Amino acid sequence: MRQDLTVQQMSEDDDRSPPLDLRCGAAPSINRARNCSGEAVSGSGSSTSSSIPASVPVTVTEYQSQYPDQVLEIVLENVLQFLTSRRDRNAASLVCKSWWRAEALTRSELFIGNCYAVSPDRARGRFRRVRSVVLKGKPRFADFNLMPPDWGAHFGPWVCVLANAYPWLEKVYLKRMSITDDDLALLAESFSGFKELTLVCCEGFGTCGLAFIASKCRQLRVLDLIETEVTDDEVDWISLFPEGETCLESLIFDCVDCAINFEALEKLVARSPFLRKLRLNRHVSIRQLYRLMVRAPQLTHLGTGKYGPSEVAQRQGDTEPDYIAAFAACKSLVCLSGFREITPDYLSAIYPVCANLTSLNFSYATITADQLKPVICNCHKLQIFWALDSICDEGLQAVAATCKELRELRVFPMNAQEDVEGPVSEVGLQAISEGCRKLQSILYFCQRMTNAAVIAMSSNCLELEVFRLCIMGRHRPDHATGEPMDEGFGAIVRNCRKLTRLAVSGLLTDRAFGYIGKYGKLIRTLSVAFAGDSDMGLKYVLEGCPKLQKLEIRDSPFGDAALRSGLHHYYNMRFLWMSSCRLTRQGCQEIAQAMPRLVVEVIRSDDEEETDNYVETLYMYRSLEGPRHDAPKFVTILR
Amino acid sequence: MERLLSFESDHLRATELRLGLPGSDKPSVRPKNNKRASSEISQESKSNSCASNAGNDDERDSAPPAKVQVVGWPPIRSYRKNTLQVQAKTSESELCRGMYVKVSMDGAPYLRKIDLKVYTCYPELLNALENMFQLTIGKYSEREGYNGSDYAPTYEDKDGDWMLVGDVPWGMFITTCKRLRIMRGSEAKGLACV
Repeated sequence: MRQDLTVQQMSEDDDRSPPLDLRCGAAPSINRARNCSGEAVSGSGSSTSSSIPASVPVTVTEYQSQYPDQVLEIVLENVLQFLTSRRDRNAASLVCKSWWRAEALTRSELFIGNCYAVSPDRARGRFRRVRSVVLKGKPRFADFNLMPPDWGAHFGPWVCVLANAYPWLEKVYLKRMSITDDDLALLAESFSGFKELTLVCCEGFGTCGLAFIASKCRQLRVLDLIETEVTDDEVDWISLFPEGETCLESLIFDCVDCAINFEALEKLVARSPFLRKLRLNRHVSIRQLYRLMVRAPQLTHLGTGKYGPSEVAQRQGDTEPDYIAAFAACKSLVCLSGFREITPDYLSAIYPVCANLTSLNFSYATITADQLKPVICNCHKLQIFWALDSICDEGLQAVAATCKELRELRVFPMNAQEDVEGPVSEVGLQAISEGCRKLQSILYFCQRMTNAAVIAMSSNCLELEVFRLCIMGRHRPDHATGEPMDEGFGAIVRNCRKLTRLAVSGLLTDRAFGYIGKYGKLIRTLSVAFAGDSDMGLKYVLEGCPKLQKLEIRDSPFGDAALRSGLHHYYNMRFLWMSSCRLTRQGCQEIAQAMPRLVVEVIRSDDEEETDNYVETLYMYRSLEGPRHDAPKFVTILR
Repeated sequence: MERLLSFESDHLRATELRLGLPGSDKPSVRPKNNKRASSEISQESKSNSCASNAGNDDERDSAPPAKVQVVGWPPIRSYRKNTLQVQAKTSESELCRGMYVKVSMDGAPYLRKIDLKVYTCYPELLNALENMFQLTIGKYSEREGYNGSDYAPTYEDKDGDWMLVGDVPWGMFITTCKRLRIMRGSEAKGLACV
């Protein structure tokens, strides 16, 4: 594989290349020369603009003829600092060795889409000046209990290396990683300038770990915990933030389901003049919310806690605070969320901010269409709307009537079961497609759907990049015609030329996959569940979709022959997940043998031996490191 | 003999009670999968109102729509599911707790208790009081209170004051009402005139 070759070449080059910075003495390598300049790097660029020391007794022409590459490299580094997109940087690094080197020295944002694709040491070895790290661990289907716990994706090995390699590290973003309190302690201690910690769908730590972060990261600007499990160690982490004015800009802890010290929180908010984003957990009452809002009218993003009165508060006999005034005072508010345990009467308090809202998340609020309408009819600028299906088709019609700027819609089920009567259907989808023509992303859970509505969306919403439809009843056909949902999804891939992410559901034959393979040329992520008839389905996709990077399949009749048809493509993919399909161990073994840079994991459920011929779960991904050493007992890595 | 037995067993099979669509008794060709399903099912079936078919894993795939809850389907993160469940339970428990207040009626030997949470508006409450005490209360008007009746419903609020039922919005009423008293008309008139 390409990376392998370049690793070898790098060492050759180091021997061959003449020294750049003569101040450093005899024969330093290029890398060391860079470090010797000792300048702090900001952003993604290098700041070495003049490396020609005045004391060097070399004529200009001699310098030029001896070290032409180095001048070019300096220029290159200065130019490359303007490249921020990692895809652009990846492309630049493949031009030639010197570009590879220059890019490696100037990359400051490290993105690792699969923490097992590359080892921490290898990453550190190539990129010497990193300020920001994004690490993703488990595959998405792990969120739905399809993977036993303790599978892996440990942050521990990474944080150790990062602590040594990047003392100037400022940002860490982790998704689906397993993190311990000790990891967070090490993080907090190792980076004096640490600014941003974002943890999405992570687990393994508790409020103890948060305490380390709060107390030791004095420059902390962002602490965002999103859908992350945090155990209650009964530590008052909120009160451990440093005294005096903080740098806090964003504090999101709605998923931390522990009681918090409200007085400490109030004081924290009061001494955080830069705070723009605040999302509270359900243990913060609406009266407490009021007090916080009064202290922070500059907020742009607000997530409420419990949104309704408590009886205890009533009996205390205080008059109700003026919630409307509090909201009205937040003139910069553009994003509202939370609304847990909602008392719908109190929704009227948010009317003053509706006109400015670009994002509204009601996905934890069990409100009806009638309760939604007076709010949504004012939200003309809304771009992102998340809700529960309790708003019904009627609520969606109201959204379609007003929210002409809508870019992203997510409708979640209140009742996540298969056989209930659903409150939203093809009617809601049709209405949205007609009213919200700029829609780019949709996630829609429903019990019934028709091809006609999906086709309508495909022709009305030509900006669609993400189409995720979940018809909750498995194998459910078109509600009106009884046909499979092939034509609907076919129309989506055919008409929506910008589509990069697709999730299918309902009764689907191989024909649907034929359409996807034929038209889905930009698709990067595809999710399939309970669909297809035969190997042909998967073959169409693997042979037809050149940009496919993430493919997750469950409970579909695809077997070894289909798996083989993707051999030409697996190195271009981040991963393939197939669970409860028709793969045999031998079939998976063949793949492992044919592709040495692929890690082929066979995962069985915790409690049993693999007795059946069919593999329960196949998870395979490209990697430079070979089989990982931290695989638990229920994972077998095939060779 | 064997033919007889098979004949009988065919009929027996026909009369066997199963969950699943009629005619869908061919054995599944799909392998046993999602064995974790049974423990998940027992957890999830507690919250299901429909019958769950914990024993028939194999037939699940061949006879849609089966009533078995499958692991990880629909694909909702447990964080979201748990949050909504907690909310449902909290509101349920609040509902179950009820809001019982004492009701006294002038001249009656003992008091009664009613649950204010059961009612959603004043007419319902007054109706219930009328039924309970076998009297008529009459219609509420802002100006004259309960005119045309011998009785007027009053309540003690959290400040300890006696107020006429009906003046404040229902939502505020049920949160501030501590006890009810059905006053005799003569005394009540004094209240209405204030």
